[in-house]
Amino acid sequence: MKFPLSWLKRYLETEADAPAIAEALTRLGLEVESVTNAAEALAPFVIARVLTAAPHPQADKLQVLTVDRGDGQALQVVCGAPNARAGLVGVFGPPGAHVPGLGVTLKVAAIRGVESNGMMCSARELQLGEDHDGILDLPADAPVGEIYADWAGLNDPVFDVAITPNRQDCMGVYGIARDLAAAGIGTLRALDIPTFADAAPCPVAIATADPEGCPAFLARHVRGVQNGPSPDWLQALLVKAGLRPISALVDITNYFTIGHGRPLHVYDVAKLTGGLTARRAVDGESLLALNGKTYTLDPSMTVIADDAHVHDIGGIMGGAESGVSPETTDVLIEAAYFAAERIGATGRALGISSDARARFERGVDPAFVAPGLDLAAAMIVALCGGQVSAMAQAGELPVPGKLLAFDPQQTRTLAGIDVPVTEQLAHLARLGFAVSGEAKPYAVAIPSWRRDVDGSADLVEEIVRLHGLDRVESVALPRREGVAQATATPRQLLERRLKRLLAARGLDEAITWSFISEAEAACFGGHAWRLENPLSAELAVMRPSLLPGMLAATARNTARGAASVRLFQAGRRYLAESERPTLALLLAGEMRARDWQTGKARSVDAFDAKAEVLAALEAAGAPVERLQTVQPASAHYHPGRSAKLVLGKAVLAEFGELHPTVLRTFDVGVPAAGAEIFLDALPERRSKRARAAFAPSALQPVSRDFAFLVPTSVAAEALLRAVKGADKTLDKALIADARVFDRFAGAGVPEGQVSLAIAVTLQPAERTLTDAGLEAVAKAIVAAAGKLGATLRG
Amino acid sequence: MTTDALRADLLAAIDSATTLEALEALRVTALGKSGSVTLFMKSLGGMDAEARLLIAPVFQALREAVATAIEAKKTALEAAALAARLASEQIDLSLPAAQSPRGSVHPISQVMDELSEIFADLGFAVAEGPEIEDDWHNFTALNIPPEHPARAMHDTFYVRREDGEGERMVLRTHTSPVQIRTMMGQKPPIRIIAPGRVYRSDSDATHTPMFHQIEGMVIDRGIHLGHLKWTLETFLKAFFERDDIQLRLRPSYFPFTEPSVEVDVGYSIVNGSRVIGGADGWMEVLGSGMVHPRVIANCGLDPAEWQGFAFGTGVDRLAMLKYGMDDLRAFFDADFRWQRHYGFSALDVPTLSGGVGA
Repeated sequence: MKFPLSWLKRYLETEADAPAIAEALTRLGLEVESVTNAAEALAPFVIARVLTAAPHPQADKLQVLTVDRGDGQALQVVCGAPNARAGLVGVFGPPGAHVPGLGVTLKVAAIRGVESNGMMCSARELQLGEDHDGILDLPADAPVGEIYADWAGLNDPVFDVAITPNRQDCMGVYGIARDLAAAGIGTLRALDIPTFADAAPCPVAIATADPEGCPAFLARHVRGVQNGPSPDWLQALLVKAGLRPISALVDITNYFTIGHGRPLHVYDVAKLTGGLTARRAVDGESLLALNGKTYTLDPSMTVIADDAHVHDIGGIMGGAESGVSPETTDVLIEAAYFAAERIGATGRALGISSDARARFERGVDPAFVAPGLDLAAAMIVALCGGQVSAMAQAGELPVPGKLLAFDPQQTRTLAGIDVPVTEQLAHLARLGFAVSGEAKPYAVAIPSWRRDVDGSADLVEEIVRLHGLDRVESVALPRREGVAQATATPRQLLERRLKRLLAARGLDEAITWSFISEAEAACFGGHAWRLENPLSAELAVMRPSLLPGMLAATARNTARGAASVRLFQAGRRYLAESERPTLALLLAGEMRARDWQTGKARSVDAFDAKAEVLAALEAAGAPVERLQTVQPASAHYHPGRSAKLVLGKAVLAEFGELHPTVLRTFDVGVPAAGAEIFLDALPERRSKRARAAFAPSALQPVSRDFAFLVPTSVAAEALLRAVKGADKTLDKALIADARVFDRFAGAGVPEGQVSLAIAVTLQPAERTLTDAGLEAVAKAIVAAAGKLGATLRG
Repeated sequence: MTTDALRADLLAAIDSATTLEALEALRVTALGKSGSVTLFMKSLGGMDAEARLLIAPVFQALREAVATAIEAKKTALEAAALAARLASEQIDLSLPAAQSPRGSVHPISQVMDELSEIFADLGFAVAEGPEIEDDWHNFTALNIPPEHPARAMHDTFYVRREDGEGERMVLRTHTSPVQIRTMMGQKPPIRIIAPGRVYRSDSDATHTPMFHQIEGMVIDRGIHLGHLKWTLETFLKAFFERDDIQLRLRPSYFPFTEPSVEVDVGYSIVNGSRVIGGADGWMEVLGSGMVHPRVIANCGLDPAEWQGFAFGTGVDRLAMLKYGMDDLRAFFDADFRWQRHYGFSALDVPTLSGGVGA
């Protein structure tokens, strides 16, 4: 909320200056976002009189003036304003002054050959308005030589205060003044509520047919008003508060909205058909509102309507048709009490933010509906003339004065601060809370303007707020004995570990949006969740995979000149039933750059992704040696160059080269291989502190090579598994490891077959292997491989 | 030829041998089966015992001298050959070695690890919750009923399942629903932090539609604002690794806390930029307060018995303040140049003994 110091001082008698007030507001929880003073920027500008005006010898549109700026000298100034003339009193900017509206600093300069010693300024040049038709033309008696901003009343700091949604009372300057007074910054001025003796009854009938949305509807009629511009003081207040003066009647309602947090509406009675009723809108009804837009209403909304149609979206915005104009003579002032919840819902549904909505939505003071109406009626009479009617009222205002039980001890237990009971009660009283009862718990009556206070904790907050939150002393949390305990869950540890593993392996961690475009999701099996209100179509659905975001990042990075992209990301996939923790990685472009030692660059392939996945799975404690490679993986991968890694029935990970179509969709022009590890599918790492006993064999391991011809339909993994398990037919486990070290197809290898060379490591446990023993193992290995259709290569 | 003459000849020849092959040939000529020295030795067999006794030492001395000379020459030739080979094997070691890519940990992960470490020391466990959250956990349970104006401050994203099943959900607008889930899932005393992703429909240099928050909560008996203040001071001092951290507490409003406290931290201006510590100015870093009795009751706990505090702040913002990034949007762009500049080494694991700042 924006308001000038002068407005605050209408309600608060104080000697405090703007910085002291700002400091107090912040301390009270009314966060000051800025304090600005237009006069500061205008300090060098003084009132000056034009002594003479003569045509410029070189330019038709310019004049050469002599100006008196209060020192009696005749200063030569070149001026282009059509209204510049001898005798005009205006505003002069001397050399060195910064002209805010132009963004330039003045200096003595020759303009078309004539020296100019400053500038006579327009309203726009001083950022005082839009007017640029000529220079400011002040009354002839304006004091020459005085600082213009002081004379014009611009030396008035403007506070911009962020009001939290709970503080209904501070949506008016008067409420802010009350808070400041309670904090000891001055004295609140009492309001003088006028009375209207012998007033005639209100000639316009009012009613509320929607007591839920509009519990009370109060009004006064004013006959014979004259709706011209409002006086300067009122216009100045509104301008400083960021409002545009319109006419006296409108300005008066705005004055009460900003000044007292009491929105009013004024109807031109001549435009009404019959009386006014607060009721629910009828489906399809619409209203051309004061902001020039037409709104279609529905029965969830409360409106004010006459016999013909709707004139006001209750508590949110009035209609254009029955708004006041310069021709208006008779008006009806509406002061209603609308239900806060209804206002919020209607405002959101229609997308209207207005000063009225902001106040009704927080709740207005039910005890100030009638006084606000009376004050406004009196101001209308004072500024526009007219005869005020008696007050008409429909419905009932809520009765304030809710009681809360309060034990002052709670200030100690909740806020950790000792405030003497008498002081606590005094704080509450200064804020308008009425404390009764002799001992604890006290009965505390809530003031009508604080509907947010509804529990004893709120009272503690009020006391601490006034007492000073900075007086709360730090108290250490009790600490359990001994060294701090471990707190991370196994899953959290796993994620941390894997992130650091992949970073150590040369991958960069990415964090990409959880939402992607529908088309991107479609490449990955489609999305399960759609945003109702996305920021853009690019961020419209929840990602079913982490890879789309990383592919998009890959395309961006490639465009930025990266020859090699190596990304990983830990995050969630959003499936219909749950959010799945996932670790994804993406390798693209060069796996190895061209190099003086290794020659040409090498592009990434599926095995590069496999290496990362297996390293991660191993670090995660998964039984890597028991995993099965099942081809292919999901459809976003290359069907022939991707696989799932499966343990029993659980798919732990997928990896492979990305499908060319997917790469095209994402504009990735380099080879790319990716993987996703499904962290929730990993078997839990069992924590084993003590390791099994370790007895390394004293005997030499023996290595033997076997070359098999294998049908291409047999996976190398199956052959290796068969070879490793071949010693099961023997009485002793001997085979420690088996590894493929060569793969060959082509000349010498029959069509449909491939030659796989396997190095087998044999580790005897008890005694050195004999030739017979070796032969038995070799036979077992060949036999096991034979079951898969593999034959020893001759 | 006399032995003396032979010795002189052989030693001269050995001395002048220039290759191992020539030396070997000499060895065969002298010491081989029918070598000149061998022949002398063999001639001993035809001598009588007396003569042999006299002559044998002379012949043996000859053989010994020749063998020693050959051995010495061989060692010298080998050393020379090795030296020559080594000289020929000279390489330019200023050529680059094979390079392995560096890899990096994202600042968000780094800061989350730092926070976990700091709060573990204070006895806080790390709690988590879903990002697609229901209205009750995200709002209602936190004392934000449907028509509450505070909902408007949240710029909520709403999501629905594409298959039409289930209710309309929200992308959690804060990590506070984890408070609710924790209180409903375990008995007090509770000390948790809940870092995680949150979403608001907002986008500019300091706001992104997705960002990270960390929530902290203590529920116990006798916990008050003083404990909150201490916890925040202790945490911020540890996180920013400075002792001159100053806090300014301001009354504020959050529906789920009462009293509510906004926390500003003092900064100083160093070389034109803001550095946490000192009190040249204040910046807002945390929202906090005593957990609202209604929130505690909503979770099935008795607010007369249990009370505590909660706080929340932006992880991204903490990272920016500590490590100096100025554009939040870059956090989610995965630009390799940014990662190289702001990312952390895998080895920068925050620890209490090593310090929580990388």
